[in-house]
Amino acid sequence: MKAGSNLEKVLTAGIFAITGECGPPRGANAEVVREKAKFLKGNVDSVNVTDNQTAVVRMSSLGASLILIQEGVEPNLQMTARDRNRIAVQSDILGAYALGIRNMLCLSGDHQKFGDHPEAKNVFDLDSMQLIQTVKKMRDEGTLINGHKLDGAPKMFIGCAANPFADPFEFRVYRLANKIDAGADFVQTQCIYNLERFRKWVDQANDMGLLENVFLMGGVTPMKSVGMAKYMKNSVPGMDVPDEIIKRLQGVPKGDQAKEGIKIAVETIHQLREMKGIAGVHLMAIEWEERVPEIVEMAGMLPRPVL
Amino acid sequence: MIVGERKPLGDILDMIKDYKKVLVVGCKGCVTVCNVGGEKEVGILASSIRISRKKDGNEITVDERTLERQCDPEYVDQLKDIVSDYDAMVSIACGVGPQFLAERYPDAAVYPGINTQFMGGALEHGVWAERCQGCGACLVHNFGGHCPIARCSKSLLHGPCGGSSGGKCEISKDVDCVWHLIVEKLAKQGKMDSLRKLVPTKNWSTSRDGGPRKVVREDLKL
Ligand code: SF4
Ligand code: SF4
Repeated sequence: MKAGSNLEKVLTAGIFAITGECGPPRGANAEVVREKAKFLKGNVDSVNVTDNQTAVVRMSSLGASLILIQEGVEPNLQMTARDRNRIAVQSDILGAYALGIRNMLCLSGDHQKFGDHPEAKNVFDLDSMQLIQTVKKMRDEGTLINGHKLDGAPKMFIGCAANPFADPFEFRVYRLANKIDAGADFVQTQCIYNLERFRKWVDQANDMGLLENVFLMGGVTPMKSVGMAKYMKNSVPGMDVPDEIIKRLQGVPKGDQAKEGIKIAVETIHQLREMKGIAGVHLMAIEWEERVPEIVEMAGMLPRPVL
Repeated sequence: MIVGERKPLGDILDMIKDYKKVLVVGCKGCVTVCNVGGEKEVGILASSIRISRKKDGNEITVDERTLERQCDPEYVDQLKDIVSDYDAMVSIACGVGPQFLAERYPDAAVYPGINTQFMGGALEHGVWAERCQGCGACLVHNFGGHCPIARCSKSLLHGPCGGSSGGKCEISKDVDCVWHLIVEKLAKQGKMDSLRKLVPTKNWSTSRDGGPRKVVREDLKL
């Protein structure tokens, strides 16, 4: 075990894992996080806590992660390179570990242009690849980037993101390989709607032998409505929503679209389970945590293992 | 070259609203090449000011001067006999110009007439694009001759990020994803391998992050 987190234990045991997601509130109200925790507890193996996602200011990922720990839910701390230089990055990692965090997802971060503070200075001292390397170095060598020996190494289970739907497609698998070389233990992908393209990418990764060295978790986000599907298709860069998905949602009465969206998500989970090299799913029910229990139930993934 | 854009006329008029005699100072360097601060633009700005002020019934004298460069004391010096004749100067050189004028003539009121944008080049007539951020340790040779520092919205050394779509950057369909260009170029050259290695964290201390910079050439000092 590298970190001994629940997520690491489940994945290492070869059990098809499931992680959830919790977006912290746009305010200091801890109750919002506690409320979300209720729906996630016992239904997923670990919960990603987003770091000012889409560059909109929210309660810090670290703060919300701690509330999850208090509620008995294991957090997976997301950290972006957008807002902190290497000094803040390393310091936050040390603090997070000291406070009980054992999983980290290392990201570059969405550009602030579309966030709620488009006038902000962007930092990007490191990029996601270097962030992964930094956590690994701190964990395995017990040193900072500069080689300074730490009094207490942060033993993190290191995650990264991958988006097989971004361009150029041929390069995506190499980028995954780089992230694995940098030190990623697990990978969570962008939401999968185009299974065909996803499968192609997984095949490439299998051919290169990449998935023997990393736990790959497929990203799944249930659509709430046709409107959401269209928005994701047209306005979110690097998101691939095929027309069939939209047609399928359009084919049911408005009141049933959410149900249909969940059905599609559950089918995707089943498909992922069958794919070689897929170790689990990352369920991102965005501002829809209350539906997580039924999705996981429908996917036949309950009860979750207690290791 | 350094590329700039003229400030809106209204802003310039507002800056000089209390003055009666103003000198517009141009520069024959970069800003002449990017058509924003050369002799021609000095003339245009000067007459725009005159016309506007006349319309408002508040006439002003505007004289014109274009220096060889505003970033060399030798040329800035050429104004020494006339500076005191004016209430203010409007420099339409890059941001270096108004500073050099203000340093050389501490009693003068100096205003910037352009917004300095970036170091770049002309893509076509009337279109300029950013190419360099002056990081102080050039590494474009590693990236197919493209600069990821200046041209990737996140200055990523390992791209393209998950927002790259159809060759465009996640921030706008009008912005090329430079990482797309890098991958394309190196793939074409059969050098994709060079993108399979991890690039160490960049030393930003040679960049602006290390504080204001100075280049000293002992061999050239008098
Ligand atoms: S690598 Fe640095 S010096 Fe070279 S073009 Fe980019 S910003 Fe300029
Ligand atoms: S889309 Fe391309 S240019 Fe834009 S931030 Fe990502 S890698 Fe950089």
